[in-house]
Amino acid sequence: MPGITREEVAHLARLARLELKPEELDHFAGQLDDIIGAVARVSEVADQDVPPTSHPLPLTNVMRADEVRPSLTPEQALSGAPAQEQQRFKVPQILGED
Amino acid sequence: MTTTTDLVSYEDALASYDPVMGLEVHVELGTKTKMFCGCSTELGAEPNSQTCPTCLGLPGSLPVVNATGVESAVRIGLALNCEIAEWCRFARKNYFYPDMPKNFQTSQYDEPIAFNGYLDVQLEDGETFRVEIERAHMEEDTGKSTHIGGATGRIHGAQHSLLDYNRAGIPLIEIVTKPIVGAGERAPEVAKAYVRELRELIKALGVSEARMEMGQMRCDVNLSLMPKGGDRFGTRSETKNVNSLRSVERAARFEIQRHAAVLGSGGTIVQETRHFHEDTGSTTSGRVKEEAEDYRYFPEPDLVPVAPSREWVEELRARLPELPLVRRTRLLEEWGISTTDMQAILNAGALDPIVTTIEAGADAASARKWWMGELARSANESGKALDELAITPEQVARVTELVSSGDLNDKLARQVIEGVLAGEGTPDEVVDKRGLKVVSDEGALTAAVDEAIAGNPGIADKIRGGKVAAAGALVGAVMKATRGQADAARVKELILEKLGVSEG
Amino acid sequence: MTDNVNIIKLTAAETAEKIASGELTAVQVAEAHLARIEAVDEKVHAFLHVDREGALAQARAVDEKRERGEKLGPLAGVPLALKDIFTTEGVPTTVGSKILEGWIPPYDATLTKRLKAADVVILGKTNMDEFAMGSSTENSAFGPTGNPWDLTRIPGGSGGGSSAALASFQAPLAIGTDTGGSIRQPAAVTGTVGVKPTYGAVSRFGMVAFSSSLDQGGPCARTVLDAALLHEVIAGHDPLDSTSIDEPVPQVVEAARNGSVAGMRIGVVKQFRGEGYQAGVIQRFDESVALLKELGAEIVELDCPSFDLALSAYYLIAPSECSSNLARFDGLRYGLRTGDDGGHSAEEVTSLTREAGFGPEVKRRIMLGTYALSSGYYDAYYGSAQKVRTLIKREFDRSFEQVDVIVSPTTPTTAFAIGERADDPMAMYLADLCTIPTNLAGNAAMSLPCGLAPEDNLPVGLQIIAPVMKDDRLYKVGAAVEAAFVEKWGHPLLEEAPSL
Ligand SMILES: [Mg+2]
Ligand SMILES: [Zn+2]
Repeated sequence: MPGITREEVAHLARLARLELKPEELDHFAGQLDDIIGAVARVSEVADQDVPPTSHPLPLTNVMRADEVRPSLTPEQALSGAPAQEQQRFKVPQILGED
Repeated sequence: MTTTTDLVSYEDALASYDPVMGLEVHVELGTKTKMFCGCSTELGAEPNSQTCPTCLGLPGSLPVVNATGVESAVRIGLALNCEIAEWCRFARKNYFYPDMPKNFQTSQYDEPIAFNGYLDVQLEDGETFRVEIERAHMEEDTGKSTHIGGATGRIHGAQHSLLDYNRAGIPLIEIVTKPIVGAGERAPEVAKAYVRELRELIKALGVSEARMEMGQMRCDVNLSLMPKGGDRFGTRSETKNVNSLRSVERAARFEIQRHAAVLGSGGTIVQETRHFHEDTGSTTSGRVKEEAEDYRYFPEPDLVPVAPSREWVEELRARLPELPLVRRTRLLEEWGISTTDMQAILNAGALDPIVTTIEAGADAASARKWWMGELARSANESGKALDELAITPEQVARVTELVSSGDLNDKLARQVIEGVLAGEGTPDEVVDKRGLKVVSDEGALTAAVDEAIAGNPGIADKIRGGKVAAAGALVGAVMKATRGQADAARVKELILEKLGVSEG
Repeated sequence: MTDNVNIIKLTAAETAEKIASGELTAVQVAEAHLARIEAVDEKVHAFLHVDREGALAQARAVDEKRERGEKLGPLAGVPLALKDIFTTEGVPTTVGSKILEGWIPPYDATLTKRLKAADVVILGKTNMDEFAMGSSTENSAFGPTGNPWDLTRIPGGSGGGSSAALASFQAPLAIGTDTGGSIRQPAAVTGTVGVKPTYGAVSRFGMVAFSSSLDQGGPCARTVLDAALLHEVIAGHDPLDSTSIDEPVPQVVEAARNGSVAGMRIGVVKQFRGEGYQAGVIQRFDESVALLKELGAEIVELDCPSFDLALSAYYLIAPSECSSNLARFDGLRYGLRTGDDGGHSAEEVTSLTREAGFGPEVKRRIMLGTYALSSGYYDAYYGSAQKVRTLIKREFDRSFEQVDVIVSPTTPTTAFAIGERADDPMAMYLADLCTIPTNLAGNAAMSLPCGLAPEDNLPVGLQIIAPVMKDDRLYKVGAAVEAAFVEKWGHPLLEEAPSL
């Protein structure tokens, strides 16, 4: 079924925000192809009429009351920030939607 | 940004095409805490002071669903005549954006909590249009970015950005319509009426204040055109985050004209997001995406399914408040007013103040008169909404009470209101401080009447001669002399009595 | 005064008793272990961070509590090695990744809080495969850990640091996390005990997520009873974890104190042997089954055909969830940031940071998961994998109608050499062949030593699998097996490990 191309790997890397090096693209193309080839067997059950299990336990309706709990202090919140300014996380210029 | 866009006239556009609209409205719920953590949602807090490991997306943190968020979603769904899912899940919508701490939005995908409903909306002329609802689902808001270094905080030209995550995780309900077809030239009006009706409904439910100017309610307008009589939808544009009723209407109108121009000149519409500009009433293209979005949705593994029991849903249904359209129709009948009157009341945002004023003891006609007259004027002048004026419906009701008891006449009542608005105190305090009381002392009145007759012999003669209408001039003189504090009706009576004429 | 060598050889239960009775102080015990770490960890590399000051402060607090006559927890003063995947307020947490190097969490995981509340002394944070992805601890950004039985071999993974710390007597207790076998496989290859509790039994709040629907924290120890004592401390409902089970914790300590298999029906799954299984592993496993029979159990053969698809389903589900869970590591709010030189946008900095901060296995799984979830492939891959999960669950359910527990080898082979499978992801993935079905179904499992493989003299693990929330059965059976083996060998298996 698969046959993952270098271009597909590049596309996936963009989606996953990984600035892969050219040699990584080739390397991963081969490896992903191998792995997908090996695990694609799961599609043997694709047409079986079984419900999917996304969660091991059949829990439902786990909720909390709408009550305020203490937040972190701004200092704690920002404690790991690579850069900060005006009590905010400082990040390089954002491209995209205005 | 200097982009000129070719447009065709609205009439020409509608002559050749039928507009198809899809409206996506995001409503920020007014819960005390965020959707998936216990951080406060209070506005105006210091940056990053209402964040925790969960809403900051710190490693190891986990979400827990806000029960009130779910309840609000179900109530909105019920009010929109939706079916409520017996079992549904949250999903992760995966995409990277700096204002989204986890780089996925916890949302709902193919299992919304509410689906398949409708909302009847009323147009200016009273005609009702049914907008069908595709779904209403729960999700979370993003943080806020401030762009530094560019012009007026815009992203373009900014050197860097600053992020505040206080808003990240605030519960949102996204309400999506089915394609709205058949509105024809009234499409922009339908869009506006829908968003207004939805806002009223949200407010009536008490789940959000739904203030569009504060971003608590935001509308995306998706629009396409199909050739008149056709049945295949055209390519749509998505105008994002339109945040006033007027803008919703204008954005739809603009896009109709723009699409028609593009299609008319043989061009094709690109599926893209567009931004609406309040100043020009136009839209401009957003970022062109090189690759189609692929959100890689999958069920949120950190949360378990939501399965609202039928008993609970019915209980919530039974407790729904009277919905806005039903209420308006009832009031219209009770008050005996026309659709146009009601529309004017709505446009002025006067419905709730009027109703509260009536509840506080005023009669319906007076309540309407004051809110739609004096107070609407005052609001207009000061550029405020009616509910932002410094007078409460209870105070307006007190003024009408003073009028009906004869303590004030209309003119004095206006002064009282002016005083209240100016912060001089309650109506009674203003009456006291300004000494505004109808002069009911007959002796003083008689003296003033005599004085007026003596000072205007010509007019007095005319009245004696049977020209009763001329009495108005003398009444005016008396009122002036008493600084408006006289009961005009009594003054007229006294004048006619003195001059020996009776009122036909 | 008991000397350090004797202290570090004590079990957790014995240590707690001696501290409670005043025979030892918690500080003495902590110091003995810190000295041991100092002496051997350069060779083993079990720890990424030793919190000497924090450990001694905790130990002092225990001693003071005791002096004041306050009630002590069942493991008060017992040292523990914490896998570096749980957040610890004020103490670095790296998850074995460069992307979190230097990050100091502003909050404690629920498990960390429970340990502290139980007066357990946390010695430090242990090495692991980056983001718990791996079966050898070679994927740690901070260098591999050696197996105390043979330092040129892997200690298992991802929790190799925790298992190696136990096997080299640097700590009597450790915490692991098990997504596809990361507690049990390290336990098996180091001759220690590791338990993956029922999914939802131990809070995941503050445990850095790899694959949310599979991850489960659990106890690691040198004896079954010690594991049970730790299990009781860390398990229980947590309102901060929506997937946490709101039910009483099974009576695991009582079960561990009353080991027995008499009258039990024990299943052997026919899919858990065959190609890829080392002869010595199968030999020790067969002996274990024979032992169980001798001890009074009835052995039932089970057929679970969908188990053959478990590994495939796992390598779609786990990467899919991880591709999303790891998206938050973007260089903007915490951790590593690369490329912020004024010339790159936030988007580019994120891509450069992730490229520089993640190791090859993490990237491989992120790419794999991104692929499996992407439009057009979801149904064939992720969707089918979820169906396989249903089938596996059903086969477990059917099996547990016939048996009380299931046994199998924990891993198909003993510890392999460091570097041996590094370039062959598929070969590496086979290490989890027997452990993965349990993660997919959510039930409980334990690995405990069942001898050395004759061909390489390395430990072999016996896996015991119990139904959901029947974790006590693991301890009942495990304690019986352990007692029988120790009696047969004349000493605990670890006595045969080389002294470092
Ligand atoms: Mg949305
Ligand atoms: Zn929060």
